[in-house]
Amino acid sequence: MNVKPINYFEASARTRIACLVDPESFTEFCPPELRHISPHLVRLNAPVAFDDGVMVGRARLAGHPVLIASQEGKFNGGAVGEVHGAKLRGLLDKALIERPVAVLLLVDSGGVRLHEANAGLIAISELMRAILRTQSAGIPVFALIGGSCGAFGGMGIVSRLCTEVIISEQGRIGLSGPEVIETVKGVDEFDSRDRALVWRITGGKVRRALGDATRLVGDDIGAFRAATAELLDKHAGRPLNSSDLDDLTAAHSNLSIRAQRYDTARDGRIIFQEAGFTELESVALLPVDDFNRQLEGSP
Amino acid sequence: MSTLFDRLFDSGHHAVTIDGEFLSGTATVAGGEAVVIGTHNKAAINCGLALKLADAILAAVREDRTLLRPPRTIVFLVDTQGQELSRHEELLGLNGYFAHVARCCDLARSHGHRLVTVIHGEAVSGGFLAFGLMADRVCALPDAQVRVMDLRAMSKVTKIPYDKLVVLAEESPVFAPGAENYWRMGAIHELWSIEDDWGICLASAVTRAGSEDERALLGLERGGRMLAAPIAALVAAA
Amino acid sequence: MEQFVMNFTVTNRLATTPSPRVCGVVSSGNLEVLVESGEPEDTCRIDVHTPAEGFRDIWSAVLRDFVERQPVGGVRITINDAGATPAVVSLRLDQAIDFFRSEKP
Repeated sequence: MNVKPINYFEASARTRIACLVDPESFTEFCPPELRHISPHLVRLNAPVAFDDGVMVGRARLAGHPVLIASQEGKFNGGAVGEVHGAKLRGLLDKALIERPVAVLLLVDSGGVRLHEANAGLIAISELMRAILRTQSAGIPVFALIGGSCGAFGGMGIVSRLCTEVIISEQGRIGLSGPEVIETVKGVDEFDSRDRALVWRITGGKVRRALGDATRLVGDDIGAFRAATAELLDKHAGRPLNSSDLDDLTAAHSNLSIRAQRYDTARDGRIIFQEAGFTELESVALLPVDDFNRQLEGSP
Repeated sequence: MSTLFDRLFDSGHHAVTIDGEFLSGTATVAGGEAVVIGTHNKAAINCGLALKLADAILAAVREDRTLLRPPRTIVFLVDTQGQELSRHEELLGLNGYFAHVARCCDLARSHGHRLVTVIHGEAVSGGFLAFGLMADRVCALPDAQVRVMDLRAMSKVTKIPYDKLVVLAEESPVFAPGAENYWRMGAIHELWSIEDDWGICLASAVTRAGSEDERALLGLERGGRMLAAPIAALVAAA
Repeated sequence: MEQFVMNFTVTNRLATTPSPRVCGVVSSGNLEVLVESGEPEDTCRIDVHTPAEGFRDIWSAVLRDFVERQPVGGVRITINDAGATPAVVSLRLDQAIDFFRSEKP
C-alpha cells in the first residue's frame, strides 16, 4: 500500500494521534465537550481551549494497547498549566491501573505556561514523579518529538526521563530556548535566528548522535508510527527493569564523560565529528536513513 | 552559611564543606546523622553542578547500602536562580543532566532515604524542578524566594499589563512569585518563621516526610490548586 | 474577551445525532469549533468567545450565512476564537459541520 506521508511538524495534536494509532482505536479521556478549560487563562482574559492544549486517552498501536497524550504546540506554545498538567499526570496514574505496553507522550511544548506559572511548574514536577513511578512499575514511557515547539523547559526534562525518545530531524530538545538565552546573554552567546546553529545545538540529529534520543525518524507521521511500533514490539511482554544503583552509576559516568569530552564545545559539529561523520558540512542535509546508517555503523 | 547551619542542625553540629556554590557533607538532625547536599549564592545550575548533586546522592545511597545501615535522611539546601543559560550547557543537554538528578532523588527515595528540602535562598524554575522539588517534603525559610519568572518579565512575555498582574496576583497564587503561593498550592509543605526553632522544624519535617506525591491533594486542601487533583483523578478513573 | 450567544431558528435540520466533534486550534488568527447535538430541532445555538471586542455585527453576519448554508437544526456550536478573520471562521465552521456529520474519527 502506498501511503502518502503526512507531515508531523505541521499536523495538529489531534491529527497526530489519529494518524499514529490504529484506525478508530482512540478513546479520549476528558474530551473537549466536557470543557475542562483553564480558569486562570479566563481570569487573564486570554483565549482558552476546550482540551487546555492536550488530549489524553487510550488507543492501540500495531495492536499494542497504549495510553497516549498529545500536546498542541499551536495553543500557547503547548505550555503546561494546571489542567493540562493534571491530564498528563492522570494519564500516568491510569497506566498503573491499565498497564498498557507503554505510555506515549507526543511532546510539543515550550515548558511551563507563564499565565499560570506556579501551577505549571508544580504540575511538571508531579509529572516527573509520575513518570518515574510508572517506570518503576515496569511500564515504559515514550516521548515523540517533532512539533514546532520541540520539548523545552520542564518538558525537556520530562522527555529525558522517558524510556524511549523518538525524534524527527525537525524535532528539538533542550532546557532553555535559544530566544531566552539570546535575550538574557546576548546574541554572541546564542543567535536564535541562526537556524542551522539552533539545529546543531538542539535538533534531532545532534540529540540522536549524543544518545539523548533513541530513534531518529523523518518528518512523517508514518515514520513515527513505524518506529513506535518497533519499540512497542521490543517492550511488549518484557516489563521494564527499574533503574538500580548500578544503572544510575553507569548513567552518571556517561554524563561525566560527555561533560569532559565536550568541556568547551559550543557547536554540534564536534559531536558529529566524534560520532564518526566525516563530511561535517553535509550532516544537516543527510537523509535520515543515511544518517542513521552512518551513526549506527560507527564504532 | 554557618548561621544557617547553627540554626538548622543539632547544636550546630555538622561537617559540611563548601566547594564554590556546592555544599555537601553530614550533620546531626534529630539526634542522627543526615546527609546534607546543597547549593548557595543563588547558584545557576549547570551540568557540572548537576553532576555534583547527583554524585552526592548516589554516594549516600551507596554508602548506607555498603555499610548495611538504615538509609540516612538527605537534606537538600536549595538556593538556585535556575538553570545556567548557555549555548554550551544546551549542547551538552542540560535537561538530561537535570533528569539524571531527578532519577537519583527517586532512587534514594526507593532505597528508603527521606528527602527534605530547605529553601534558604532562591528556588527558581528549572533549577528548582531538578533539585528541591523532587524531595518528599519541602520547607521554606522566611526569606525564601520562589518563582518561575518575576512579574515584570512575565508581563513582557504574556503582553498582559504589569499593573493588572499585580492586582490579579493578590487574589490568586497561580502565577506570582512567593513561597506563600507555593505553600497554598501544596508544593511547599512548611513555611518556617524567623522565631521558629529550625532544628525542631527540620526534625519534625523528617518524621512527616512521606514517599507518596500528595502535593495536588494538599493544594486542594489549602485552596490554592483546585483542579489538579480532581482532573488527574478524572483521567485516572476514565 | 467578549462572550455572547446567538440562537438561530433554522429549517435545515440534521437528521442524525453524532458524537461531539472539535475542529481547529486556538492559535493566533485561528479558532476552535466544538459541535454537539442536543438543541431543539429547529434551533442552532452558537456560543462565541473572542478576544476581539466590538465585532458582534460581523460575527452575526458570518454565523447567519453559515446557518443558512448548512443543515444545523438541533446543533450546538461553541467557538473559542483567537482573532480569526471572517473567511477563516466560515471555513472552519464548514469543516466542523462536515466532520461532525461524517462520524469518522
